[in-house]
Parts: sequence; structure tokens; C-alpha cells
Amino acid sequence: MSVNAITPDYTGEIKDRVENFHGQQLIYIGWEDHLMYCAPLCIPVLPSLPFGTLRDQIIPKLYELHPDMAKVDWNEVVWLRSGQPFTPDPEKSLVDNGLGHKAVIRFRTPGLTGIGGSCS
Amino acid sequence: MNMPAAPNGPKKLSLKENYALLTRGLGWDTSYEDMDKAFPLDKFEGIRIHDWEKWEDPFRLTMDAYWKYQGEKERKLYAIVDAFQQNNGQFNVVDARYINTLKLFLTGVSPLEYAAHRGFAMAGRNFRGTSARIACQMQAIDELRHAQTQAHTISQYNKFFNGLHDPGHMHDRVWYLSVPKSYFEDAMTAGPFEFVTAISFSFEYVLTNLLFMPFMSGAAYNGDMATVTFGFSAQSDESRHMTLGLEVVKFILEQDPANIPIVQRWLDKWFWRGYRLLGLVSMMMDYMLPRRVMSWAEAWEMYFEQNGGALFNDLARYGIRMPKYHDVASMEKHRLSHEVWGIFYNYTHAAAFHTWVPEQAEMEWLASKYPETFDRLYRPRLEYWRAQQEQGKRFYNPTLPMLCQTCQIPMGFTEPDDPTKICYRESDYRDNKFHFCSDGCKDIFDNEPEKYVQSWLPVHQIYQGNCFRPGVDPTAPGFDPLAEVLLYYGYHVGEDGGEYLDSPDRRNWEQWTGKPAVAT
Repeated sequence: MSVNAITPDYTGEIKDRVENFHGQQLIYIGWEDHLMYCAPLCIPVLPSLPFGTLRDQIIPKLYELHPDMAKVDWNEVVWLRSGQPFTPDPEKSLVDNGLGHKAVIRFRTPGLTGIGGSCS
Repeated sequence: MNMPAAPNGPKKLSLKENYALLTRGLGWDTSYEDMDKAFPLDKFEGIRIHDWEKWEDPFRLTMDAYWKYQGEKERKLYAIVDAFQQNNGQFNVVDARYINTLKLFLTGVSPLEYAAHRGFAMAGRNFRGTSARIACQMQAIDELRHAQTQAHTISQYNKFFNGLHDPGHMHDRVWYLSVPKSYFEDAMTAGPFEFVTAISFSFEYVLTNLLFMPFMSGAAYNGDMATVTFGFSAQSDESRHMTLGLEVVKFILEQDPANIPIVQRWLDKWFWRGYRLLGLVSMMMDYMLPRRVMSWAEAWEMYFEQNGGALFNDLARYGIRMPKYHDVASMEKHRLSHEVWGIFYNYTHAAAFHTWVPEQAEMEWLASKYPETFDRLYRPRLEYWRAQQEQGKRFYNPTLPMLCQTCQIPMGFTEPDDPTKICYRESDYRDNKFHFCSDGCKDIFDNEPEKYVQSWLPVHQIYQGNCFRPGVDPTAPGFDPLAEVLLYYGYHVGEDGGEYLDSPDRRNWEQWTGKPAVAT
């Protein structure tokens, strides 16, 4: 049973369908072991955005206030898509990298463990 | 006059007779219409009731007694509130940081009292047992009284401090207030049996001590006599509500064995939803009270692990077990408040209350209460934030966070076995992805996805353009969507949120009282 309702076959409106975002989609971004930024971030992006632009221009800006951000070696970064390791193609769009609406992408930066090694 | 007068005047009923007439004699079965049409909502949840006469209200309160008791309590409360106002009692609190707990209470909790009033009025209409209807009616009136007494008492603080000016407007819009709001609306949009199990039992009986004890003892410890007074005024109502909660669940369980698995699923769900809501209380206890009563971990041990454990031992004879994931809540007790304070420190520029870094002595207290986690995981970032602040670079997170689809809290909680890793869970449903902060929240969604796909998630609503004031043009040059959202929330921008040390509240406090901004 998908809901306990008075009406048989009740269905709900999905409030966050991609059509509601004016041509954009949402993507969630989390930086492992850096919890000074308390939670993963949520941003609207064009589905056609190349992954390389996200990596080189958007993510460094989102986390620029963290002292570890300047130390990141982007060639060493490990990427996770819905928790599974994957190798993004920087030339391809987010969608072509399998990152559709409300996809969650996490990145681990080996050797960097936050403020004083506290994972903050 | 040929009617002889009764020799001793009209007969006065005993309390027991009076109660029996109120709860049994006033009820009747409909004959022109099917009873199922008169009470259309009390069967679809699958709960089977064979004999409503078995409903026992342990208080047997009658209406005349009810009005008399409540009237006396009101008179006492308002006499004290008058004295408090005339004596400028608002300046007797320890320091102005304390007021932020009242801001959280007035915007987050008082509107729930009002929601409870509505919820119990609806539940009272929908039960076909008369005594259940009477009990819900009285609780509905109690809850309305609590919402009123809180608004009246705290209104004195509103004259002197920021962020208290429009709790109703904020409750319906502000991102973190969607957490308590959605909690209660989830209960109200369920059937009447789930509503009373959720609110009367899981909240009032199992978890309420973890809400009221910290706020009321916190008020007493921090010199806030007004809040102590409305707390006392509500206390006898609360004990009646708690007793009702236990009776409700026992009644449902005793009526039919088929009810047991349904109730167990509700207990699992509402334990977790209530626990997530109490995250706000945890940060209040550990970070926001200048004079601390006890730590969140200690409160959890006393009020849930010990008292709750005994309660569920008692319910085992009905075939009820401890709520699912209670062990996860206990594993989280050494980190919960630190994670939640981290969230509000990040986003306090979008909140209607202030945050700050604890003083060194306060960090020592935190280290002593949380020896396994505080110095290792949380002190380093607090000290970093303090150092940044001293250089004029107070940290605010400029990007909106990812939220949990169920509890609607930013995804700041960590894996049960690893406090350094964010806990990510997701479900795919009708070609969409949904994300959760915990297995508890994911289970709730997976049980009723058609309900939770409709969650009004503040961050997503902002990005859809639904959180601007009417008439505002988002395509105008220089339009700043996030600044506009704060106006939509009804904030006085520059006054209500942000760092405490930079706030008008702090400056006013020092100027008006001559006392330090941060008590030592």
C-alpha cells in the first residue's frame, strides 16, 4: 500500500518534479570529511552543464570558505554517484554522466581531513 | 401551581453520575443515517473497535469541574504575568543569548499547541465513542489555552527583543519551522487513530518530558520567571494528556489483536519523527542556555532510555516492542546537539534567532559531558569559527542545503556507526529520486510514498520561485532571490538573525541593563 487514505487509489502530486524548476534541475553536492559545511549543498543547474564546469568553476566557489579547498588536487579526487564510485567525463553534460534531477554527487579528497583532522 | 416542589430542591448529581451522563448518556446512535456515514473516518485505518464502552478516562473530568480548574489557573498565571511586566522581569534573565530559546519556542512550539487544538477537535469529531470524543474536546481546549498563554507571556519579550514579532506567519514559511509544522500536519492528515497514537502517546506520553523539562527548567535556571509560570500552568493539563495517551494505546491494543501490528508501525514512525524534532531541543540544552540544566545525552538517558524502557517493558504483554531505531537514537546522543548547532551556525543569517560560538568555559562543560566526541570532532571547528570571527570573517554558509524528504531537516546527521560521515539514504519512486537523513526517515517514506512525495521542502520551493512576496518581479535587474526570501519570511532583515555578538539584541542588552552580553 503506497498510502493509507480514505480514497482508494489515492495518488499525491510530486512537488519537486523537474518540470517545476524552469528548465533547470537540482543537484546535491557533498564534500566527504568536511562537515564545517554542515550538510550537502543543493543547487539548481542546467542539465546540459558540462561536468568539468561543475568541477572546475562551481564546486571550488561553493566551498571557497573552507581552508582545505585551496589544497585540493582535482586529479586525485574520488567521485561517488548515489554512494557508488564513478569516473565522470568532464566533457560530457551532467545528464550524460548519469546525473539527472536530484542526483547526489559526493567527492573525497584524499589526504584532506578537515580542520585539525576533525573531519570538519 | 399544582406541581409540588421537590422537598429538598433539585437532586445534585455525584461526580461519578455526572461523568456517566456526560460520556454515556449524551451519546446516541443515528437511526436515519448509517453510523458509518456519520463517522466516516474511524475505520479506514484498519483499527477494529468492538466496544467503545471499554474506553476509560482516568480523570473522569466533567465540564463544570473543567471550567473551574482552568479558570483558577488562568487567574494565577495572569496575576504573575502582570507583576512580571511591571517589574521589567525580561531583564532578569542571565544574558540576552537566553532569549533565543524563547524565539525557538514561540515560533516552533507554540504554533504546535494551536495545531494540536485543531487536531484534537478533528479527532473528537471523528470517534464514534462518546467518552473518547469528550476527552479529545477537553484536550482541544487545553491546547488552545496553551497557545494563548504562551503568546501572552512571551509578548513582553517581544517589546524588547527581535525575532518574536510574527510567529504564525513564520511558522508557515520559514525553512527550519517546516520541521515542526510538517511533523504535526503529517499527524493531522492521518486518520484519527493514528493522530492520537502519534500525538497523545508517542509525543505526549513518551517524548514530552524531553521538550518541557528542558524548556521549563532552563527558564528557571536562567532567571525567566514568566516562562516558568506558563509552564506550571500547563503542567496539570500535560499530566492529564499523558495519562490519556497511555489509555488510548492500551484501549486500541485490547480491542483486537489485528490492531497490534498497525499500532507498532505507528509507534516506530512517530518515535522517529518525534526524535528528529527533538534535535532542536538538544541544541537548546547544550548550546543556547547560558546556564545549563543537564546535557542532551543525560536527558536522553534519563527520560528515554530509563523511563521509556520501563514503559515499553510494560507494553510487552500486549505484543508491543521498543520503537525501531531507538538504538540509533541512543548511538547519536553524543553528537546530536553538535550537529544541529552546526546547521544553525551555518545558516543563522536565514534564521529568526541568533547563534554564537560557546565561550571557553562552556566548551569545557561540553567536553566534560561529551568526552568521546567534543574535543575530537567539534571543538576544532568551533575554535576555527571563533578565530575567523575575530578577523572579521564570521562564517556563514551561502548555499542552501540538501534536505531530508521526511523530516525536512538539512542533511547534517551522520552514519550511526561513524560521526564523521554524512548519512545518505535514497529511494526511487515514480521515476524520481528522494533522499533521507536516516533509515528511520527512509522507512517512513517507503511505507507511504504517496504522502511524502508532496513534502513542501523549503529549499526546493525557493528554487521553484514560490517563496517571494506577491508582486515581486524575479526578472528585475539586480534581483536577489535569497534576500527576497527573508522578506517573504517576514523577517526584519539585519535584526532578527545572524551572529549574536553583532546583533542589535546584544547592543540593546548592554545599553539597557549594564550587564555583559555574555554572562560568565
